[in-house]
Amino acid sequence: MIRLLAAIDTARLVHLSGIDLVIIIFYFALVLAIGFYLKGRSNTGEDFFMAGREMTAWIAGLSFLSANLGSLELMGWAGAAYQYGILAAHWYWIGAIPAMLFLALVMMPFYYISKTHSVPGYLKLRFGEGSRALSSISFAFMTVLMSGINMYSMALVLKIVLGWDINFSIIVSSATVAIYVSLGGLRSAIFNEVLQFILIWAGALLIPILGLIEAGGWSGLQARIMTNGKTEYTHLWSTLGHFGDNPMGIHWTGIVFGLGAIISFGYWTTDFLVVQRVLSAKDLRAAKMAPIIGASFKMMVPFIVILPGLLALAVLPMKLMPEAQALATGGHSYNEVLPLMLARYCGPGLLGLGITALIAGFMSGMAGNVSAFTTVWTYDIYRALIKKDASDAHYVSMGRWSTVIGVAISIGTAYLVMDFKSIMDYVQALFSFFIAPLFGTVILGMLWKRATPAGGFWGLLAGTVSSVGMWAWVKIDPAALRYVALSPRARDMAENMYRALWSWLICVLITVVVSLVTTPKSESELTGLVYGVTEIPSEALVPVYQRPWFWAIVVSVCFVIVNVVFW
Amino acid sequence: MKTGGVISIWLFIGISLLVNGLLIFGAGCFEYFHPPAERVVLYDVHANIWWGALLAALGAGYCIYFAPRKGRD
Repeated sequence: MIRLLAAIDTARLVHLSGIDLVIIIFYFALVLAIGFYLKGRSNTGEDFFMAGREMTAWIAGLSFLSANLGSLELMGWAGAAYQYGILAAHWYWIGAIPAMLFLALVMMPFYYISKTHSVPGYLKLRFGEGSRALSSISFAFMTVLMSGINMYSMALVLKIVLGWDINFSIIVSSATVAIYVSLGGLRSAIFNEVLQFILIWAGALLIPILGLIEAGGWSGLQARIMTNGKTEYTHLWSTLGHFGDNPMGIHWTGIVFGLGAIISFGYWTTDFLVVQRVLSAKDLRAAKMAPIIGASFKMMVPFIVILPGLLALAVLPMKLMPEAQALATGGHSYNEVLPLMLARYCGPGLLGLGITALIAGFMSGMAGNVSAFTTVWTYDIYRALIKKDASDAHYVSMGRWSTVIGVAISIGTAYLVMDFKSIMDYVQALFSFFIAPLFGTVILGMLWKRATPAGGFWGLLAGTVSSVGMWAWVKIDPAALRYVALSPRARDMAENMYRALWSWLICVLITVVVSLVTTPKSESELTGLVYGVTEIPSEALVPVYQRPWFWAIVVSVCFVIVNVVFW
Repeated sequence: MKTGGVISIWLFIGISLLVNGLLIFGAGCFEYFHPPAERVVLYDVHANIWWGALLAALGAGYCIYFAPRKGRD
């Protein structure tokens, strides 16, 4: 096997030693072993799709974060940090922490008490079959595209760093994911995600540590970046007063309202990829603690993702460029930041672990997408629209097959992303299409009992169509950017933020207007689904230090501190 | 935290850290006594030695603590 792998590589950034290859092969063997070990515990639908609803808060919480920590998170945001500076950290702090805490404290009780198996499943209970069909189809579409992004990111790493053939990388890694998810279902995906989370940290943590040693600490890093004429790259908020003052071309309103209020709340509270992990928790308190645990680790992720991007600005001798330009000139693209930094600092063994971390990131992201796709496809599309009365065993079998088919479709989408100059811009575009309007529908459904089934459906449809419409408008007429993003100088990221904001507002507006002229459901039909008619279990007998509220406050204080420190 | 089966997920993690740590530590020691011609930046820090040892120690701790035993599930 080692000789086979060694024979495949050609031109490459680094040369793997035998030890490195052993570490990579050991990782593949371990994730497959977990899949085979858990095979016998995924025979019912509840086991296969919901992991038996018996995960502890820690496992659900780490899995919740790990499913999000795919290779595009690692590579894409490291590249974004090189491109946009520390502004990229907004996607980890204001773009994640408030939303994760909101999910834990406000939304989780409704998801959990309703005993839904998915977010589209909740929409079915709250708004009816039409909303479920719309959200499940758009989610399935988005998920396989996201899976393709992860696959492309991973194949790119292995091509650049190891010189491995892209097809070989894609087939081996995606087949491994397909095997362990189809064998053990969500439980296998979750267990492997926890393992992958630890490996990502073990493999990636050395880059910022060694980078800071080389740069002379944070002050040395700032000084080097300033020498390169990029003084605004190390400030989180102070450059957001005007569109032209920061490398992202964004105003603080776009970050606060577009990212912080819409995109992040939409992603962290309604994207079933992450919510599914929390739904597998063993009880409501574990389900509420899981996102809080995830939030505390999420706050630390910039140390292994954003900081390496900044360090690359300071220490790498070459200048990185957009993907298309790199392909044309033979240079290195933004997305190659992490591999380049790995090659810079990591010798035999460490390099293998670093590559394993990137592969683990790819697999956790892909397994997250695939297991979520499988559940939505089987329960919300296949069972709801195609075959309503089959046995539980039939749906489990469909789940296993749809895992394999979902992976196969994802492979086809991997090549689509190569036309985008930055992977993360592409991801944000997808979020603004589907996630932002979905958040409008779900939040109104949970907090406003007057929202009607017709209002939910038409609001969701209008939000999604308007988002895609705004995207197409700017593509056809770039001058439209001044209307969509409020400035002709706005960059792709800023455009995505504002498009998400408008599509959410349109969704909410249409939902409210249609609801006010149509008949609402009775209160008895809304019990367990909506605020005001749902009894939330009391935590009065639980010690303060075990209450979700207490830890949410601790995380909130840390969140404020990091924003002030890097202001 | 055994969630999901007889063997805890944390034991799998312990095994992974222990094996990887030992391999990295071994590679670091070999490199220390046989320095390569092409060296990475900050080679003199010998990160693979101390990082490998740290991972191995952590992994060993996990393996001992979460090993399946009679009377404990």
